[in-house]
Amino acid sequence: MRHRFVLAALSAGVLVLAGCGGGDSGTTGSGPGGLSVPKIDKLAALGAGEGEVNIVSWAGYVEDGSTDKAVDWVSDFTSETGCKVNNKVAATSDEMVTLMKTGEYDVVSASGDASLRLIYGGDVAPVNTSLIQNYAQVFDGLKNKQWNSVDGAAYGIPHGRGANLLMYRTDVVKPAPTSWSAVFDANSPYQGKITAYDSPIYIADAALYLMKTKPELNIKNPYALDDTQFKAATDLLTEQNKLIGEYWSDYTKEVQSFKAGNSVLGTTWQIIANLAQADKAPVEAVLPTEGATGWSDTWMISAKAKHPNCGYLWMNHIISPKANAAVAEWFGEAPANKLACQQTSDKNFCTTFHADDEAYFQNIWYWTTPIAQCLDGRTDVTCKDYSAWTQAWTTIKG
Amino acid sequence: MSTLGSFLHRHPRLRLAGLLSAPLLWLVVAYLGALAVLLVSAFWSVNSFTGVLTKQFTVANFRTILTEEVYRNVTLRSLWVALSVTIICVVLAVPMAFYMAKVASPRTRKWLVIAILTPLWASYLVKAYAWRILLANDGPMDSIFGGPGYGLFAVVLVLSYMWLPYMILPIYAGLERLPDSMLEASADLGARAGRTFRRIVLPVLIPSVFAGSIFTFSLSLGDYITVQIVGGKSQLIGNLVYANIGAANNLPFAAAIATVPVVIMVIYLVAVRRSGALEEL
Repeated sequence: MRHRFVLAALSAGVLVLAGCGGGDSGTTGSGPGGLSVPKIDKLAALGAGEGEVNIVSWAGYVEDGSTDKAVDWVSDFTSETGCKVNNKVAATSDEMVTLMKTGEYDVVSASGDASLRLIYGGDVAPVNTSLIQNYAQVFDGLKNKQWNSVDGAAYGIPHGRGANLLMYRTDVVKPAPTSWSAVFDANSPYQGKITAYDSPIYIADAALYLMKTKPELNIKNPYALDDTQFKAATDLLTEQNKLIGEYWSDYTKEVQSFKAGNSVLGTTWQIIANLAQADKAPVEAVLPTEGATGWSDTWMISAKAKHPNCGYLWMNHIISPKANAAVAEWFGEAPANKLACQQTSDKNFCTTFHADDEAYFQNIWYWTTPIAQCLDGRTDVTCKDYSAWTQAWTTIKG
Repeated sequence: MSTLGSFLHRHPRLRLAGLLSAPLLWLVVAYLGALAVLLVSAFWSVNSFTGVLTKQFTVANFRTILTEEVYRNVTLRSLWVALSVTIICVVLAVPMAFYMAKVASPRTRKWLVIAILTPLWASYLVKAYAWRILLANDGPMDSIFGGPGYGLFAVVLVLSYMWLPYMILPIYAGLERLPDSMLEASADLGARAGRTFRRIVLPVLIPSVFAGSIFTFSLSLGDYITVQIVGGKSQLIGNLVYANIGAANNLPFAAAIATVPVVIMVIYLVAVRRSGALEEL
């Protein structure tokens, strides 16, 4: 019965959304563009595990020892809860949204450019945080943020956060780069060996660079770009296309490219730098002076979850001090759990990754879905929304 | 059982229906049905924020494809790749197939057929990634030839490798049906090699080449994996479809793009039909 109710609520939500999509001005929702959130009930009480859980995650978030024997926080979970973990690695946020729409997955590690789309699309349910014992230990700076909650209702459990870095081959790129200009310089000596992330959200990296180097464009937020600002960013990327050897979204492909030397310079994640170094590739990753785009990830539960109890157990496990420390060290990001800082093998880890340093994260622009209502608060212009970003990305690649 | 048999024997129409209903259902529902849904959904749109389908008729998708330059460029590039792959496959396959069908001993012929078929047993992805390593910086190809590296040329190279068996086999089958006695008769009647080739071999060869080209052309036109693996930064029609399904979750737009290769293939098939090649299949 409960199931049917959720379904009915969901379809009602979808109908409401369809109404909004038509440009109806009578809507009163609190979300972007007057969207309202579909009414979906959160889990009231935790029951027994269903024996398995289907997860969509970023590479390196769900490790069972098959990548590296020492890297394993899934086996503990399975033996403690009896929930077998089926993991699907997604390469981009867009892929995560698409996978969650199938309804075949229970939980997802969504970044900020996916979380709101999932919430307003009715794909994820609010989370009953009182059922997640470890939630109390999460940094307050990560709770109830614009990307993981709506009107005070939590839609997910913070996982960790970090920055997109600049990776380079130490034997080829000299001197070591300190600025994103290295990947945008039209006269770069590394032409044809530069790489970039293959997703529309990468436009924000160009916007961030322009924000620091072209103050006359007056960009306040790299995810809120009006026509002029957007054109400047896409023009910069069209120029950059001449320098690019290949775009990456598959992390194994980037590791291999850097190892072989097909790519020597470009954007990366800490985990990729770690894997490449483990593979004996002479690479380093740095945070450029302009700051960077980044992510703050949230574990969310599907509105159609077939294994909700195992899903909650997983969300509790992954932010437990030990597992959260392990995943943060492996992926190279700041953990969400305060107590995780005492569990890391490197005692300075939380300092290095600025886990509790809100000032540091002021310089990091978390991935956010661009929408027509400018996210920086301007009301006199409309900003380019994500579908415009997507189409522009196709054009940039030519 | 025997009563059912005799019942069916007395009702030939029912027998026919029983025989054909399953394949027909498959053909109509899975093949033509999918195409129809593709065409219909190409006229829908999605809410750009939540990705929810809006089932209202709009030609916006097609307008974008026709007016934006990038889609024209990608279509032309895909056509160029498909044509190049087909031409390379023909050039390589014709002598090979001729040797197999007309020159080699039956024993050698058997081994050659096996040699051509075995690469088809290996997974497509394994072969593509093997080529990625072959073409890598300081990899075997790079150290021997100093290139070509990842890019469109690499895509043509790898696709030609992938689809070559699909070209050799129809040509081989066509030439095998050509009796040796006809070649001998032509020679006995005083025709030189060139004339024998034009008058005897070519009429069999051309339809076989067209039959093979349907495979190489359509497979290349729809490919998106090889180009992701060895194509560097280039994108083909298949990548646009994939990006709009996987990344952008814009199924209607993906459907609209997917109609482009469908239209190209229809034109191509009509042209091939005119040549009479389809009767030889």
